[in-house]
This record gives sequence, structure tokens and C-alpha cells, in this order.
Amino acid sequence: MAQFSLNINGKSVQVDVDPNTPLLWVLRDHLDLVGTKFGCGIAQCGACTVHVNGEAVRSCSYPISIVEDKKVVTIEGLSEKGDHPVQKAWVEHDVPQCGYCQSGQIMSAASLLARNPKPTDEEITSAMNGNICRCGTYTRIKAAIKTASQTL
Amino acid sequence: MSNQSTKLDRRSFLKVSALAGGGMMLSFNWLAGCKPNAEEALGMPEDWFRMNGYIRIGDNGLITLMSPNPEGGQNVKTSMPMILAEELDADWTKVIVEQAPLDTDNFTRQFIGGSQAIRTGWTPLRTAGATARQMLMRAAAQTWNVPVSEITTEPGFILHQPGNKKAHFGEMANLAATLPVPEAVDLKASQDFKIIGTSKKNVDLNKIVTGKPLFGMDYKKEGMLYAMIIHPPAFGNKLKSFDDSQAWSMPGIRDIFQFKSLRDDYKRTFFDTVQFTDLIAIVGDSTWQVLQAKKAIKADWEIQEGYEEQRDMFGREAVRVVPKGLENTDAQEIAMKQAAQKPQTQRKDGNPEAVFSTAAKVIERTYTGPFLAHNCMEPMNFFAHVEGDKVSCAGPLQKPELTEHALSSRLGIPVENIEIEMTRLGGGYGRRSYAHWLIEAAVISQKMNAPVKLVYTREDDMTGGVYRSRYQATYRAALNENNQLIAFHVNAGGLPENPLYANRFPAGAVDNYLAEGWEVPSNITTGSFRAPRSNFMACVEQSFLDEVAEAAGKDPIDFRLELLAKAKANPVGEGNDYDPDRYAKVLELVREKANWANSTPGVSRGVSAYFCHNSYAAQVLDMKIVDGQVQIDKVTNAIDCGLVVNPDAAKNLCEGAVIDGIGTAMYGELTFENGVISKSNFDQYRHIRMKEAPKSIETYFVENGEDPSGLGEPAYPPVFAALANALYKATGNRFYDQPFSRQSNS
Repeated sequence: MAQFSLNINGKSVQVDVDPNTPLLWVLRDHLDLVGTKFGCGIAQCGACTVHVNGEAVRSCSYPISIVEDKKVVTIEGLSEKGDHPVQKAWVEHDVPQCGYCQSGQIMSAASLLARNPKPTDEEITSAMNGNICRCGTYTRIKAAIKTASQTL
Repeated sequence: MSNQSTKLDRRSFLKVSALAGGGMMLSFNWLAGCKPNAEEALGMPEDWFRMNGYIRIGDNGLITLMSPNPEGGQNVKTSMPMILAEELDADWTKVIVEQAPLDTDNFTRQFIGGSQAIRTGWTPLRTAGATARQMLMRAAAQTWNVPVSEITTEPGFILHQPGNKKAHFGEMANLAATLPVPEAVDLKASQDFKIIGTSKKNVDLNKIVTGKPLFGMDYKKEGMLYAMIIHPPAFGNKLKSFDDSQAWSMPGIRDIFQFKSLRDDYKRTFFDTVQFTDLIAIVGDSTWQVLQAKKAIKADWEIQEGYEEQRDMFGREAVRVVPKGLENTDAQEIAMKQAAQKPQTQRKDGNPEAVFSTAAKVIERTYTGPFLAHNCMEPMNFFAHVEGDKVSCAGPLQKPELTEHALSSRLGIPVENIEIEMTRLGGGYGRRSYAHWLIEAAVISQKMNAPVKLVYTREDDMTGGVYRSRYQATYRAALNENNQLIAFHVNAGGLPENPLYANRFPAGAVDNYLAEGWEVPSNITTGSFRAPRSNFMACVEQSFLDEVAEAAGKDPIDFRLELLAKAKANPVGEGNDYDPDRYAKVLELVREKANWANSTPGVSRGVSAYFCHNSYAAQVLDMKIVDGQVQIDKVTNAIDCGLVVNPDAAKNLCEGAVIDGIGTAMYGELTFENGVISKSNFDQYRHIRMKEAPKSIETYFVENGEDPSGLGEPAYPPVFAALANALYKATGNRFYDQPFSRQSNS
């Protein structure tokens, strides 16, 4: 066990955990930030996507020991009122079915648009290909990203 | 308008609660799926008045509607309350939707299964809404001392126009809740619907996009421990012994023990399917710590003897034969081929063998489908807290009422002392009908005397069963010299489940028809998988008909329509389970909307249609091969599910069914070697991703005034064949074996 000072959604927090603990489980079990989802544990499904220093990472495979001094943003911190352009577009297109993968999808999409506000279809597909949706909402996800892109 | 008796088999609006009118204050737990806008606009009321099991009205006019069924993406948590709100004449912006717990006093059929929620809920929900509205109107008539016949409503308000009086629902709710329940109520005519048929956003949408706790995985309670299990690595194995000496000393570990999830003398019912009941539990302070300890346990396994499992299948006695041994995919194939030689006749019309022997042309083809894993995005999990003789549980499951008895038996606690709260399901597709993990969580909680959340890893989930069965079907068709279909033979079976529906199309449309089925026992546990059995039969039947149409020199849509015309004009045999007119209509609609007559050069098209779960679906799939990869440009859906409650959500469901179906047809596959499953996580089990999804999906609904039927499943099965038939056009090769990617190399 070891102490870690973290910056999560703009707030400083301390946790005392095994250094190998993935960021995912620190968020979920220790900080009660359960919007970041467990899907596969091996960075294959994208349900656990968060931003570390602005970059989309799979938090299930990202040990807490390398998070220190970096800024972590989770779905809970993406916007104060749920009004990030990507979240608004998700609402406009009523994207989710079961909804479990969607916070990871939104975090991947937000990261894409932050570095490339006007992505092509191919760039969207390429950026989103690491996120599985078992309900099959891909066409709506793509449409929502395009809508969000128009507002940026 | 129609008059509906309130004496349905649903006690919710007949039973006047002791609390009715007593100003029952609801405790809004963290799971309540609220629409924040409604609260912001009105604030929370001081008092709530219970109109019936579904409806509570606040003194300020805010309305709480209970959504009875579990929500797993089929959107019933929005569409069921929409039906209530419609007949109540509620203002949808002043509605809060709350997920009901399992409550057999107030609700029936709180299931996800068979795409039946809206179909079977339609009349009870409307009647519950109309009953509450009628009681509000009577309360107003009494208050204003005017005849109830002069009272009308507009959304959220009660009006007496002659007297120029108006009150919001909340003002009359207190009195209304004390009035007797009307014997019968009038239901609206469909042309008067204001909410049904308009698109309403998913009531949990804001919570989903902001990451609020909604799912079983997100459930947390003070003092809660985390648990995982270890099950055998191979079907046919059982636990012999284990060494947990290393794991015990690891940080955060509270207990490690062996347990049985079912009593030995428990007689299983339909949904009590689980192969591994002798397990190791690991309990600790956090998920990660438990996972590390789990990896440090060394277990030894031994061969499980074969046995017979007596089961009570909804009152029908059945035996599941569980053979000894570690199964292999190749050996299973041989066993299936042997079993196919000795089928049971399930239907016979005319004299098929005589006709086959003299036909001008006979076509015979064999199709296969592998085991499949559901792989819900949210791995299996459940929360349980056993305190003495009381149990409270919460989590995602499809059929709470049908799990309760196994749970009660195992814990030795009566059913009435068990509370099951239903969280949103991160996918179900049939998998969460088999809720053995709920029992496992409760047994662990009982042992620990503490609240426990059991979490399966992805690997536990994918390797533990329950799967779709492995299937095989051989079809034969006989054509005469005029290229008419004169005999049809299907021989279908599975390991362990027979997928055949003997009375489905083209039964009824062919004079000489033979349907045969068979089963091969297996110790691999299988169960419902989105559109059970149909998900294979639609693919193979509709692929085969495509090939027969081609052999007959006919357009595949015309060929099907000719058969349906015959089934209508002169139906063959008994018990044909489809309506030929409605079936034909979806084919005609998809032909029109996909512009079937004018195909684009370079684009390969496949068509397919199927009837299951009381609804009809037809699809045209447009694709091409680009750089050796399958690229699907467009899928056009034509659906007849009767009246559509929430059109945009219904389209979403159909789009999802298409994408899921294409992915499963292309990539879905589990094989076995010495009882061990070939795949255990998403690096091995391929699911469709955005780049393989169709570029566009269009969905059209038949408008025919029929009552609503199912939609969670019907658009899923036929798309397998639309894809297979398009792949044939694109490659010149027929696709007989799933997954198709093995043949298409993409």
C-alpha cells in the first residue's frame, strides 16, 4: 500500500492503495466515481476510458502509480452540468440503449474532438474503434460526434 | 374509444392500499430514475397520493410512474410509463419515472424476455392510467358538485368547462386516492393519443451521459465487501481441492471458502440453469485486492460424473442429461451429424418423400451455427445483504421472480422476506435470465454476515456459461418443371437444444412439408440468446430460400410473396404461426423503401424476412467488398410490430439489432477443447466495432392499427441472412457456416 496524491476532475484527493491498482478501481471503489465502467480489464472494450492530461486512456490498464502529477478527467468531470457538446449531442440523438458503454464512448469522442474538432468519417471510426457497444449504437454515436463537431 | 374492465389479473389497481390517500411519502433511493427537469420545474411535493401500484401523484401535480419491468436497453423504462401517462392524460414534462422493485403483489411479468413487455403490458398499463384518470375526474366532480360526465382532462389538469373550473391533478389526488376503483374505464381511441406515437427521450439519458450510478456494478452500501468466485476452467470438471495459503495473507482479504450455490435436493426450474455450483469465494475490501487474491489461489479439478437433472419447466417435468466428459468441438460435430440421422418428426404435410423422389429439381444444403456468448458489456454481478432471515438484493437481472425460489431454497429464507431491487442492466440478451450469480452473492453475504457485491471478471463471465447452443440444419427443396416449390424438408437440431419451429414459414405454403428435430446432450450450459432459436433458424431458412428462389429463376422477394399468397389463399396444414398478409406487407415495404428494383452498380444486395416474437421484420442489406473487406453501406428495415409507442427509440432498437446481428453473423463463435472454452475476453472473442457497422440504417414501420407487439428481438434474426445473401452476390459463394468471417477472410 502507498499514498498517492491525485488530481481528479480538478480536485486533489489522496488514496492509500497498492501501486499496481488500476486507475479504474481507484475511481470506482475508493472515490465512488462509478461512471467509469469495468468491461474487460485488458483495454479491449473502452468502457473505462478517461482522460489523463487530456488524452483518452483505458483506466483498467493504467496503474495508479503513474497517475500522480497528472490531471485525470472522468465522465463525472467532463462538464459541470452535463452540457459538454458531446454530451448534448448524445442527448439530441438519444444514443444509448443499455447505456453501459456510453461514458467510455463519450470520453473517447470528447478526446477526439479536443484534438481534431472536424474529424472525417474515417477519423471518427478510427478513434472510436476501441470502444465496443454490444447494443449496436454505432450509427448514432457517429451521428452524435458529427453533431458535436458542428458546434465546435 | 373502448371500455376496459379493471378486473384484470393484475392486482395493482384493484387493491386499495392501506396507505391510499394517507399521503404516502416515497423515499427516493439512489436508483430512482428521475427526470430532473420535472423536479426543477415543480419542486418535490409535500405529499404523495397512491392511485394504484403504478401511479403516485404529488400534491403539486408532479407524478411518479413506476416502470414495472427491468430495463436493459429495450427502453421499456420510458415506453411503459408513456402508456400509463397517455391514459392518465399526464403532462410528460411533470413525470418522474421510478424503477419498480420485484413486487408480485402489484405487478405481473416483471421480465425481460421474448420481447413481450409492451405487448403484454399494453392493456394493463392503459387500464391503470385510465383508472387513475377516472378517479381524479370523480374526485373533481365531487369537489365541484357537478356530474362526472361534465368533467374532462387536459394534460395534467382536470376541467369543468361549463363551470369554468380547472385544477391540476395534485389538487384532486388526495380525495381521488380514497375513492372506490371504477368497475370499468374507457380507454382512448388511438387517434386521440398525445404521448404514444411521439418520440420521447430515454428517461435515464441524462444520468447515462453524466456517469451517474445506475447499474448493478455501481451499487454500493456502507460496509459492503467485494467478492469474486472461481469456477472450473472446463465444462465436465468439478472442484477437487484448492490451495489458498498465498491468497490469505494478501492485503484486504477477509475470507476464502468453498460453497455450493444450490441445495443438492433443489429441483431446478426453467431459468435455474448453471453448470458450476461448487465454487470458491474470495471476499475482501476492494475489487482489485480480491482479484489479486483470486489469481493466487491454486485449484485442482477432477472429472465430474455424468448425471440426470430433474427439472420443473413451468409445471412440465423434464430431464436434462448431463454427460460425463470434456467435450471437443470436432467430436460434437460428429455427434450432431449422427443425431441428425435419427430425428423426431415434428410436422408433416402431404407426402414429401414421394414428391422429392420424382421432382424435377432437388436442392439440399446444410448450415451450422456455433456456440455464442452473450458478453453483456456489464459483467455479471449482484449485490446481496442477508441479515438473519431477511434478504435485500440489488442488481441487473431479467427474471427476478423466477430466481427467487432457488434463492429462498438455498438460504432457507421464505420468499416474502426477500427483496429484489432491479438496477439498469448493462445488456442482457438472455444471459441475465439465469441469475445464479444472485444466489452466489447471497450465499457469500450470509456466510460473511455483511453486505456483499459479487463481481465476475470478463473471463469468469465468458467462460462460465450460459451460451447459445450449437446448431445445425439441413434443408431440402423440390421444384417441379415449372419451378414451383412442391416439397420442403427441414432437419434441424442442436447441442444441446433443438432450434426448430415446425410451424413457421414456409410451413403452410408448401403442399408437401416435413420438419424434423433432434438434440444431443451436453454438459455445456446453454439458454436464451437474443431471439432464441430464431437467431439461427431465420438465418438458415432465409439463406436457403434465397438459393431456392435463384434455382427457380425468380426474384427472391417475388418468390417469397408467391409462397405467402399461397399460404393465404390455400393454407396447408394446421397451426401455421404467421399471418401471411402482415408477412407480405413488410416484404413489400422493404422492396419499396430500399428501391429494390433499381440496384446500384457495384453494390450487392441481400434480402431476408422473418416472423418471431409476434412481429414481422424484412431487411435489405447493401454491401460491397473494398480492399478485401466487407463494407456495409446500408440496411433498410421494414418492421410490423403494430403500433409504435416511442418511434425514435424503436428505430434505435432496430438499428442495434441490425448491428448486433451483423456482428454475430460475421464474428461470433465459441469452440471447446477438452471442455475448455476457446475464448475468454474481447481480445479473443470478436465483436463488431464501429468500422464494421453499416454506414446507414433506415427503419420503416408498417402502420396498420394493430396493438403493439415485440421489438427487442424481431429485427435481429433476419439480418444474418440478409448479410449471407448479399455476401453471395458480392463473392459468388454461399455462406453456410457461421461465423461468416472465416469464409470471407475479413
